[in-house]
Amino acid sequence: MRPILMKGHERPLTFLRYNREGDLLFSCAKDHTPTVWFADNGERLGTYRGHNGAVWCCDVSRDSTRLITGSADQTVKLWDVQTGAQLYSFNFDSPARAVEFSVGDKLAVITTDPFMGNPSTIQVKQIAKDSSQQTSESVLTIKGPQGRINRAVWGPLNKTIISGGEDAVLRIWDSETGKLLKEADQESGHQKTITSLSKSADGSHFLTGSLDKTAKLWDARTLTLLKTYASERPVNAVAISPLLDHVVIGGGQEASHVTTTDRRAGKFEAKFFHKILQEEIGGVKGHFGPINSLAFNPDGRSFSSGGEDGYVRLHHFDPDYFNIKM
Amino acid sequence: MAAATLPGPTKLRWGELDEDDGGDDFDFLLPPRVVEGPDENGVKRTVEYRFDDEGNKVKVTTTTRVRKLARARLSKRALERRAWPKFGDAVREDVGARLTMVSTEEIVLERPRAPGSKQEETSMTGDALAAAGKAGAVLMVCRTCGRKGDHWTSKCPYKDLAPQTDNLPPPELGPSAPGTGKSTYVPPGMRGGGGDRTGTEMRRRNDENSVRVTNLSEDTREPDLLELFRTFGPVSRVYVAVDQKTGVSRGFGFVNFVHKEDAERAINKLNGYGYDNLILRVEWATPRPN
Repeated sequence: MRPILMKGHERPLTFLRYNREGDLLFSCAKDHTPTVWFADNGERLGTYRGHNGAVWCCDVSRDSTRLITGSADQTVKLWDVQTGAQLYSFNFDSPARAVEFSVGDKLAVITTDPFMGNPSTIQVKQIAKDSSQQTSESVLTIKGPQGRINRAVWGPLNKTIISGGEDAVLRIWDSETGKLLKEADQESGHQKTITSLSKSADGSHFLTGSLDKTAKLWDARTLTLLKTYASERPVNAVAISPLLDHVVIGGGQEASHVTTTDRRAGKFEAKFFHKILQEEIGGVKGHFGPINSLAFNPDGRSFSSGGEDGYVRLHHFDPDYFNIKM
Repeated sequence: MAAATLPGPTKLRWGELDEDDGGDDFDFLLPPRVVEGPDENGVKRTVEYRFDDEGNKVKVTTTTRVRKLARARLSKRALERRAWPKFGDAVREDVGARLTMVSTEEIVLERPRAPGSKQEETSMTGDALAAAGKAGAVLMVCRTCGRKGDHWTSKCPYKDLAPQTDNLPPPELGPSAPGTGKSTYVPPGMRGGGGDRTGTEMRRRNDENSVRVTNLSEDTREPDLLELFRTFGPVSRVYVAVDQKTGVSRGFGFVNFVHKEDAERAINKLNGYGYDNLILRVEWATPRPN
């Protein structure tokens, strides 16, 4: 395959997200402007100007009208997808790290970093249908985990919130009361910072990537460890194929070590594993920096990767990808 | 297409032909164009007839493969979005702005092993293999008792039973050489029986019956080499040179046999043997100059 290279960002990519139909691809980077691209040919549709810091995460509503972005400038902003107009800005007293709309787009979960003595939090905001009636109050605030919470996502039926971060422990919280329901087993769980978390298409299980060089597949209800995929490098990004029993994990050595070692030693490739057999299927090379983000098109026929090198690479699979036999 | 329209109006009787036309335009004499397919593989065959420069009738068969490149299955909303005007920084984008480009490089999904080959023991699940990988990936063979993959020589439970070490008492238990105290260093050559375990002999263990294997493929690991050479006789050591920086094999290795005859047979048999798409070169290893 010949990937499409999109060089719209001047700084490392942080997050990629497809909308539900898979025709738009949203990219966040450490430069201040989230960008939307057409996912078929990689043409840039527009940018969302207004943030004043690195943008860490984004999510798009199911009907592809609203975008929510979380940034290091201590705000979370709501955008109109079509025009790029800012609809609302939530202000926090520390950088926002992860954002996600709930099923139904009525709520959003936001995590904030520990900053200036404030501990890290998970907050739930109500998202008004009409953005003129939007309020900034949090419905729920959860405190407790130490260190950054790198990802927080909604569990099945919005009943729970699943979080993971620097303390390497996955937790399931009750999304109404904020009570801690489950904590991942320390021994089988990750040993180092959880960098990424990606749900399966039906939300029944999810994949986490960690700096301990593994990615692990978990049940979203019981938080039991299902599978482990071992890599040679820290894992920064994970994604689950919605079409085949494949998972893809990406990473690479830490950015600070890139210049000190051989180019080939970096292993900046997106690695495909068989989800069930845990067997490596193959690797897709191309980035010349660690891969920070991965996303599968909802139709499973293409995927994109965003790297520390500032490129988004959009890969449409060759037909023989779909006939790979293990 | 054209084939459908041809037979109707242009079908003339040969008697009505105007002889004066010369050989210029006899195209209507030709059988019509026939298009077959595309079949299930997308192969389309077009058969055409024409006159070449010398007036001979030539049949031209063109076979083409039709392939659908993009699966156009966009929803109505996605099509609507397609027509959205650009906004933000994208507005000022002129066509010349090359933000998006197609990679000049063909990227393939690189498979760790050849498709169809069966899985080897390198799936890195076992602790022993992982440990072996860390220790420079030396195959775990106990030199004392000869067990493979069970323990290292130094951890051998049968150490005391092995004949080689019988006359080597542990240094703590008694004076290893006459006139030496416990705390003084005794060179290995002076210990125990003196000359029976000299440095040269220790080195020779690595050089003896050593076979050099070159032109190995990058994926060849020590277990693969052992698998290949084990058939000729007991192997005491397998080593594949690995690039320190990248961990990729450098394409050569050494195999030591216990018996010289086995090594000879292996060289005769495997030199020029095709292994992993490459032709192996197997020869006696030249001893190190020092």
